[in-house]
Amino acid sequence: MTREQIKDIVLRVLGRIAPEADLTRIKPAARLRDQLDIDSMDLLNFVIGLHKELNIEIPEAEYPKLATLDGCVDYLMSHQKA
Amino acid sequence: MPQLGADMTAGKLLRWRKKVGDRVQRGDIIADVETDKADIEIEVFTTGVIEKLLVQPEEKVPVGTVLAVIQEDGKPPTAKEITPPLPMRAVQQPALTPIPSVELQPAAPHEAGAARLRISPAARKLAQDLGVDPTSVAGTGPEGRITLEDVHKAAKEGPPPVEAGPDRAARMRQVIAAAMARSKREIPHYYLSTTIDMSRALAWLTKENLKRSVEDRLVYGVLLLKAVALALREVPELNSVWKGSVVTSCPDVHVGVAVSLRGGGLVAPALHYTDQLTIDELMKKFRDLVQRTRAGLLRSSELSDPTITVTSLGEQGVEAVFGIIYPPQVALVGFGKIVERPWSCEGQIVSRPLTTATLSADHRVSDGHRGGLFLAAIDHKLQEPEKL
Repeated sequence: MTREQIKDIVLRVLGRIAPEADLTRIKPAARLRDQLDIDSMDLLNFVIGLHKELNIEIPEAEYPKLATLDGCVDYLMSHQKA
Repeated sequence: MPQLGADMTAGKLLRWRKKVGDRVQRGDIIADVETDKADIEIEVFTTGVIEKLLVQPEEKVPVGTVLAVIQEDGKPPTAKEITPPLPMRAVQQPALTPIPSVELQPAAPHEAGAARLRISPAARKLAQDLGVDPTSVAGTGPEGRITLEDVHKAAKEGPPPVEAGPDRAARMRQVIAAAMARSKREIPHYYLSTTIDMSRALAWLTKENLKRSVEDRLVYGVLLLKAVALALREVPELNSVWKGSVVTSCPDVHVGVAVSLRGGGLVAPALHYTDQLTIDELMKKFRDLVQRTRAGLLRSSELSDPTITVTSLGEQGVEAVFGIIYPPQVALVGFGKIVERPWSCEGQIVSRPLTTATLSADHRVSDGHRGGLFLAAIDHKLQEPEKL
């Protein structure tokens, strides 16, 4: 999957969690938590959503790597299944 | 029309999900109702056959209005004739005494606040014939009694303009304001706080989540909810409601969870039988409840049943929450963020993840001594997370 395709999936999952958000205005290097008012339950739903879409199981210890949009895409790119 | 929280005075029926002649069972969703806070699914609390639907979709009626008549199994048909309610024309002031039940019961006399409506039978009949809601009519007779002339005048003037302007977020802010102002006015709050070492709970949580698939993972908040629910068994007077001048102990623990809404505002629906659920059951229900709350898909019992509220603002960076009790409940527990701080342990100063737990409680029902025991019980529960 390309970086753009993964980014689209991340945004789609985020859109289900924060349907009111204008996802076109997300700053890729800024913290998602601050931009979308995400709490721990949202984060869990986000990780579950990514798992369903990409079949990548993200350990809890690695949640901090998902802090930004860029961070999410980087992480998921490097953990893609062959 | 059930009262879905102390701040609700009326609701609009959006649609019936059942029709006359349909069989319903306790727990079935029978209708959807719009309140200022959310659209709510209305459950029934009896089993039988729907005999009458008394309120039409889009009608706004006061809390306590009979929505439908159900012929209960094994009981004789309804003897009393119940007439459909008149549509509301004005938003009432918050009632002083909430009607707690969500059962489809015969309506209480139509009252504005605590004052009984003064109107003659003839004027009431005329109001019904002309489609005028008597509660919106200013009485000019003796002691404010509504006269025939008052009803004629109200009918001529027509209904007041439909509530213009405020969207749901603004209306929600208004009802929260009313409930919180009432709470501060009527409830003598006292506040306590304690610091809790969360190292055991967090270590257990990390270990547990390592073993679990993504979908079965736990969030930290679920441990707090279960600890509060179990602690209530030891100090049950905090699991009570205050109605009129009477405190009633609640036999079951239904913890209300404060959930912030993305458009602003707050709802605190119940997790039923919180103390009896396993941690996995509680997590599933908690996740489902938060999702449905934010999607506006709550059920009536979830709004009417909380026996205590738990709020956590730790994720917003808040160190301690001193909340306002949600009537008719008598206590609210708050949790702040977890911070690493020096902590004295077995004669050593060590760094530990600490949180501040607070209790806001109604001094009419409990005192500081019992409140302190309750916070200590929460602390003890969190020191043995494997038992939660």
